[in-house]
Amino acid sequence: MSSLLTADLLAHIGRSAPPETGLVTRRDIRKYSIATGQRLQKYLTGDEAPPMFHIALFWDVVELDQLTPDGVSIDSLVPNFPLERAMAGGLKIEYHQPILAGDVLVATRTLTKIFEKQGSQGPLIFYEIVMKVESESGSPVLTETTTRIMR
Amino acid sequence: MKTITAGDPLPEREFKPDNVQLFFYNAALWNAHRIHFDYPYATEAEGYPGLVIAGPLMGDWLAQCVIEWLGDDGRLVSIEYSNRKAAFIGEVLRTGGRVLSIEPETDTVQLELFVKNAADEVITPGAATVTFAANSSDSA
Repeated sequence: MSSLLTADLLAHIGRSAPPETGLVTRRDIRKYSIATGQRLQKYLTGDEAPPMFHIALFWDVVELDQLTPDGVSIDSLVPNFPLERAMAGGLKIEYHQPILAGDVLVATRTLTKIFEKQGSQGPLIFYEIVMKVESESGSPVLTETTTRIMR
Repeated sequence: MKTITAGDPLPEREFKPDNVQLFFYNAALWNAHRIHFDYPYATEAEGYPGLVIAGPLMGDWLAQCVIEWLGDDGRLVSIEYSNRKAAFIGEVLRTGGRVLSIEPETDTVQLELFVKNAADEVITPGAATVTFAANSSDSA
């Protein structure tokens, strides 16, 4: 019944990117805290990371020639969909333990869902990526679920 | 611990993001999306009225709204948001929210959050769960 989602596209569900390791430095926490306008001292000193710091820690560090002309890096986890205009999606984060300066964290991203819906102005493709962040010893730190919509 | 009642508002905060803050934010991420710093590209190629405020930056402001209200009394369990409408350099934005419900048996509180623009439109709605329970650091 699905017209846009071929078996090839759906075969991407369940795929994971290689785990990324990130060292949390006081300097990077301070930069992030200043840029986001944090007001709590524990963040401004870099002792503890603000709740959304992992977004900066695990943003893909790509080389200049890996950027598209609009300056965006290509996410190799996401297949080429037949719809190309990205709409605002949503993001949910569940927290298990705080991130502190000196922590070494490991993030694993998995493409967990791809599905199609009929919107009022045509078909929409939804996909979901789950990023699990753990400590080096494997204890859970946070889980981030991102949903994006293509039209 | 503070007394919390459904309907309680969270303190509001005004944000006036400028080029410097947006530059610092995207530099901290390694985000080179031109809609955030290349004015001719943002306006001519993409048709935006100005430089676009990064979506996750507004998400961070929602987290700050919760964390500052919580103080040392509680812990953020989860937060979610979606960027529904864009905002641009020069706009004055405001974060806030309210207590939706309280679950006394788990000392858990559900919050509704927003980023609003000057026209009072909710451009980034959000929600959060917080807990005031002791020893709540384990995942449920």
